[in-house]
Amino acid sequence: MQMLKGNHITVRYGEHTVVDKMSFELHEGQWLMLVGPNGAGKSTLIETISQGVPYEGSIELEGTDIRRYKPAQLARKIGVLSQKNSVGYGYSVEEVVGLGRYAYTSSFLSARDDEGRDQVERALALTGLTELRRSSVLTLSGGELQRTFLAQVFAQNPQVLILDEPANHLDLVYQKHIFSLIAQWLKEPGRGVMSVVHDLGLARRYGTHAVLMNHGKCEAHGKINDVLTPENLRSVYDMDVYAWMQEMLEQWQ
Amino acid sequence: MKKLSEHFSWRTYILFIAALIAAMLLCICVGSVNIPLGDTVTALWNSLWGMEIPTGISKSIILNVRLPRVLNVALVGAALSLCGAAMQGLLRNPLADGSTLGVSSGASLGAVLSLALGITIPGTAYGGTMVMAMLFAFLSLAAILGLAYTLDRSLTTNSIILIGVIFSMFASSAINLVISFAEDHIKSITFWTMGSLSGTNFSHTRILAISVLLCGGVILRYARELNAFAIGEDNARHIGVNVKGVKLIILITVSVLIGVCVSISGTISFVGLVMPHMARMITGPNHKRLLPASMFSGAIFLLLADLTARTILRPIELSIGVVTSLVGAVAFVTIFYRTRKAR
Repeated sequence: MQMLKGNHITVRYGEHTVVDKMSFELHEGQWLMLVGPNGAGKSTLIETISQGVPYEGSIELEGTDIRRYKPAQLARKIGVLSQKNSVGYGYSVEEVVGLGRYAYTSSFLSARDDEGRDQVERALALTGLTELRRSSVLTLSGGELQRTFLAQVFAQNPQVLILDEPANHLDLVYQKHIFSLIAQWLKEPGRGVMSVVHDLGLARRYGTHAVLMNHGKCEAHGKINDVLTPENLRSVYDMDVYAWMQEMLEQWQ
Repeated sequence: MKKLSEHFSWRTYILFIAALIAAMLLCICVGSVNIPLGDTVTALWNSLWGMEIPTGISKSIILNVRLPRVLNVALVGAALSLCGAAMQGLLRNPLADGSTLGVSSGASLGAVLSLALGITIPGTAYGGTMVMAMLFAFLSLAAILGLAYTLDRSLTTNSIILIGVIFSMFASSAINLVISFAEDHIKSITFWTMGSLSGTNFSHTRILAISVLLCGGVILRYARELNAFAIGEDNARHIGVNVKGVKLIILITVSVLIGVCVSISGTISFVGLVMPHMARMITGPNHKRLLPASMFSGAIFLLLADLTARTILRPIELSIGVVTSLVGAVAFVTIFYRTRKAR
């Protein structure tokens, strides 16, 4: 089942075209990796899906233009974990995660969200934050904060998860932990994931499909093994990525 | 501090209410003529139930001079503090408030202009001044945020404060200019720049009470959205908050409330900046508790400030803003250093 479809998305900042007629498709059960060098426009493309930047072209969610959804409707379908998360005030972990239920309880006369409380509990448990639930977010480490926002997006219970560098600033243990969590989440029917990932090893290990971007344009799109080929990577990164990966691996043998 | 915020409950509200009533009684009793507490309570109690007030009690001082002033001071304090708390959450910026952002100066410019040009709304006593104050409060806010946004798109603390300060200076000089051309129409310049609630009466109380009830209701209704904004505007959008709509509603509501306050009391700075911080220390940052707590602490603080202004140099009465600015400036510096260090 097709979940998300981008048609000729273009984003301009003044004269500068950051994303140039990008198209993509995300189907149920897929983990679509957005890969490419710095400045390729990956994060901006992600921003268009959460309606964070003005764009030309269209994005369809289950066949309907995403612009026609109300913010709360959209949040029930699409959850976004952004790259830059920081909090200005000392909210507790539980309060931040609980806000993930906003889209279900935003109306003035909304019923009590009992299901939501379960979702929050499960999200806290899944991300290993139950013990920290009363801690102020100002006292958390970078990894704990990232997990807090991941828990928030799990509590939001969306069908599509959009992630911008989910393992940013995380050590190896948590990188693995978070990627396995998301892979586990994806196993339920009716779900899909789209993420920006810099680490090509992680992309290859967890992705089912990939879009390779460069200078705002799509260089390749398809199954992960068909996209991340030595030729494609060399032309985009301007270096022999495969040889470099091999050399790194040899350090450990 | 953490324990306090976890146990913030109806007990805290009772404490706040008791403190507010105590402050109000104190302010009614103390002044150029001191009135015994018993007389004050008797006069208030009897007039509340329509009973005769015993002779020998200074009825007119209590009921016609001090009571309306005390009510107005409390309402203005609550309103300004509520506006500050809302702005600090919305802009995710602990230094935001009507006076640091230049909204109050903008509102007084509007009020002064309406008096100088004789803009009135037929059938109302202060309608013209009030509407102009609200309009200018909103225009100032829009101008400041617009300018800050073109300067840097993330609306950082520094650019907003910087532009707010510059805008305040601009508005103050414009006020002085207008007043120097139309001095005979306009109350003294210190009223608009330092604020005062002397000489206000029950008709002001009615307007303030209605505004606080309506605008306060709207702002309290958006407590959850303010939490989302305080965590981050992008995050608010991701969890489904109608970011533009909510922001506009809150900014307009805050402008209306500040406009009403300024048209009655002149600009009283620092209440909206400092009191939400004090409240946050008690309740934590959650706006469901923070907003009501800010209203109570704002009211109590301004009552005490007004009392100080009235009594400290008796028989000279200071402007209330002199007191709030003195206390506020020290608090402002402390807060600024603390947030800087926290980064």
